[in-house]
Amino acid sequence: MLISRRARWSLRGVALVYLLLLLLLPVAVVFVKTFEHGFSVAWAWVTTPAAISALWLSLLMALIAVPLNTIFGIGAAIVLVRRRGRLAALLDVMIDLPFLVSPVIVGLALTLVYGETGWFGSWFSSHGIRIIFAVPGMVLATIFVSLPFVVREVAPVLVEIGDEQEQAAATLGASSWQTFWRVTLPSIRWGVAYGVILSTARALGEIGAVLVVSSLVAGQTLTLPLLVYQRDSQIGSGSITGAYAAATELAVISLVVLLAMTLFAPRRQETK
Amino acid sequence: MLWMSVIVLIPLAAVVAKGVSQSPSSFWTSVTNPLALKALGITLAASILTALVGAVMGTVVAWVLVRDQFPGKRFINALIDLPFALPTVVAGLTLLALYGPGSPIGVHLAYTRAIVLVALLFVTLPFVVRSVQPVLLELNKEAEEAAASLGASNATIFRRVVLPALRPAILSGAALAFARSVGEIGSLVLIVGKVQIASIVIFADVESDAPQAAASLSLVLIVLSLLVLVLMRRVGGRVAH
Repeated sequence: MLISRRARWSLRGVALVYLLLLLLLPVAVVFVKTFEHGFSVAWAWVTTPAAISALWLSLLMALIAVPLNTIFGIGAAIVLVRRRGRLAALLDVMIDLPFLVSPVIVGLALTLVYGETGWFGSWFSSHGIRIIFAVPGMVLATIFVSLPFVVREVAPVLVEIGDEQEQAAATLGASSWQTFWRVTLPSIRWGVAYGVILSTARALGEIGAVLVVSSLVAGQTLTLPLLVYQRDSQIGSGSITGAYAAATELAVISLVVLLAMTLFAPRRQETK
Repeated sequence: MLWMSVIVLIPLAAVVAKGVSQSPSSFWTSVTNPLALKALGITLAASILTALVGAVMGTVVAWVLVRDQFPGKRFINALIDLPFALPTVVAGLTLLALYGPGSPIGVHLAYTRAIVLVALLFVTLPFVVRSVQPVLLELNKEAEEAAASLGASNATIFRRVVLPALRPAILSGAALAFARSVGEIGSLVLIVGKVQIASIVIFADVESDAPQAAASLSLVLIVLSLLVLVLMRRVGGRVAH
């Protein structure tokens, strides 16, 4: 299309103003509000015992969920792409379920299975293990919601690289384990890296599913996003500044993630 | 496969079982009581609006990012991924800070239906943009130039040449945005106030120990999501994140 200068400028204006009002301005305001009472006040809010333990809990959940999902994701992607048949087709549909089901429903589902009166809940509680309203349930919720990222990033790369090299390796006498480590993994590594970044972002920031299965006790089951939620719903004593401070802390973490995404994205295109 | 069943399938099966383990009439009453109906209505309306506005604005943004040249374009391009990277509760809080009580620009939308729409547009922004962008990049400009040399107006070229090429990408992006909107809670939990949307009602049901009602409403949402999934497969769009 040969767009006139005026149309080009107005389209650009519309797009930029939309992004400004929707994305940039709100995020900027939170930064401003965090520091409106000075840096030391904000710093005090993110270094309270509750905030520090929330940060550790968030990191712990990502540390458990992301490696498990990475191993599963690579395995599932290989099954999806390299094996045909009913099992793979079924898996293909199921992989997307965590994206399509509301996080609240995930929380409800875990409660129904592992809660006090749930399917397996009575067995666990008779053995003195608490899952719902405790950390294990929150880890399960986090794994659930961040499950598909690695699969969905790795599968297209696997399709793209084809399996000639793997077959060549096999003809030359490599075991399937050797083939995986020496041939498959090196060629899908950028896809894996991108999937890991996306699932880390989701694991650190998840609130919906975790909210349902957490008891919201500071120091025990409070993650950073839950801390934001809790401080926002408290009234008075400037706790809203605390919410902004915790939000800024999360935003800084996610800016690092965003930076990593931008760095990896072009390389991902190359391997595609 | 076993991993998948333990983490995903068994819990979801429990919801479905809970939802259908009651008599049809009690399922019907828990889905059609005024509160649930209203929540479903608002959720559906907000999701459809999000998909529509998101489709139009997402296409505009993608077009500007691909065809336009201006300083800072790479920064804007990176910015598009922000809603994926930013935890949703932070997204909610940022909108509360800008459009809530004590708004620095004097716009008060918090705790209204309008803010729900804004929040949904925020979290679903990347879907349409990131799905249209690559198609637009690979689109052959020669067809457009040929149309122009044959005397077609810009509007005609857009309608007859550009739009048909982009349509699958726009539709699959909008479908993803719709599916995400139906179940969204993180960005909304701080800002909805008394506006009842489906995911908040489910959450409240769980909190007040009414899992049966929660499971019934969840079942409706799950069926809705599956419909969208099937529709998406029809359109042929790849399911991105």
